[in-house]
Amino acid sequence: MEETCNMQEIVKPENLVYKKSSLLLDKTFTYCPGCGHGTVTRILAELIEELGLQKQTVGVSPVGCSVLLYAFMDIDFQQAAHGRAPAVATGIKRLLPDRFVFTYQGDGDLAAIGTSETIHACNRGENILIIYINNGIYGMTGGQMAPTTIPGMKSSTSPRGRNVQTMGYPLKITDIAATLPGTYYVTRQSVHTPAAVRKTKKAMRRAMEYQSLNRGLCFIEIVSNCPSGWKMTPVESIKWMEENMLPYYPLGDLKTPAGENTNQ
Amino acid sequence: MAKIKGNIVIDTEKCKGCELCIASCPSKVIDAAKELNEKGYHYAYPAKHEQCTGCANCAIVCPDGVITVYKAKI
Ligand SMILES: Cc1ncc(C[n+]2csc(CCOP(=O)(O)OP(=O)(O)O)c2C)c(N)n1
Ligand code: SF4
Ligand code: SF4
Ligand code: SF4
Repeated sequence: MEETCNMQEIVKPENLVYKKSSLLLDKTFTYCPGCGHGTVTRILAELIEELGLQKQTVGVSPVGCSVLLYAFMDIDFQQAAHGRAPAVATGIKRLLPDRFVFTYQGDGDLAAIGTSETIHACNRGENILIIYINNGIYGMTGGQMAPTTIPGMKSSTSPRGRNVQTMGYPLKITDIAATLPGTYYVTRQSVHTPAAVRKTKKAMRRAMEYQSLNRGLCFIEIVSNCPSGWKMTPVESIKWMEENMLPYYPLGDLKTPAGENTNQ
Repeated sequence: MAKIKGNIVIDTEKCKGCELCIASCPSKVIDAAKELNEKGYHYAYPAKHEQCTGCANCAIVCPDGVITVYKAKI
């Protein structure tokens, strides 16, 4: 009994270690259970709050489950047509250069229909941050194959697994972004374990700080899960991601500002 | 001797029962409830909260941000 009293006593404001960011509106996220989109939404809100950027941030939403982000965060948002978020973000940043402008895009949006906008924004060195969630499929529309679907991976349009002979190879667009002179910081992270979330938050903070220097585009890929599209439980999807996605999309920095080693 | 003790509060109505927190807790504090919440999920709850160290791993992986963590010396 005494133990229980002590336990309840711990729950006091002065003992707080973690609570969700106050930038998040009092709504239930509408992502599926266990979806990495929720985790990234959460840490992004934490960072905008911690860096005091709420008033100067403009987010650009894509098409896909990633679009839902704008409904949960108390910052300015603009939605773009499918794949066009980097072009819209370019316009916003050029007209309002004092703003922190980011896009938040899925792999279908960024690496299929929006390939051109992505590559050219990177190559022009626009001073924006691209956050790219790679779950290997089109989540929102029912788990179809995306350019990022890994060899052998099943999707609703590759039910026997992706055959590279007929369906081509997965596109590692982050690797391409790293080769372009306009990008300043390019990294690939994940949010599937507490350690991975901490690293992603560190990388994202770095990218947001670099962004204020206006030295080029920062690009963060987050390898993520889609339990609904992959037809797995969230815990199974994490394991599958670790065993199959991460060997294909290895984590770490792909490009760091000259003279700095930020690989973690 | 003073001991570090943690405790968590889960907003069980907003929990989606994904169990990622259960898989991430090093102290095996959290369990899935047999009952369902309003949304129909077997929500997570701190079944053995006396074992909690306040490490915040569970809150950091929770995709829905429904876990709040506290820690104190007692
Ligand atoms: C011009 C246009 N083409 C196609 C669609 C249908 N569509 C909606 S979401 C989506 C794919 C999104 O996939 P992804 O970017 O991977 O995001 P996720 O849902 O996985 O987060 C598609 C093809 C659309 N809305 N507009
Ligand atoms: S469909 Fe997939 S990507 Fe979309 S919210 Fe559900 S789990 Fe996440
Ligand atoms: S704070 Fe740490 S020990 Fe406590 S329930 Fe969460 S993961 Fe487990
Ligand atoms: S991680 Fe969050 S949403 Fe998932 S079961 Fe735990 S408390 Fe519920």
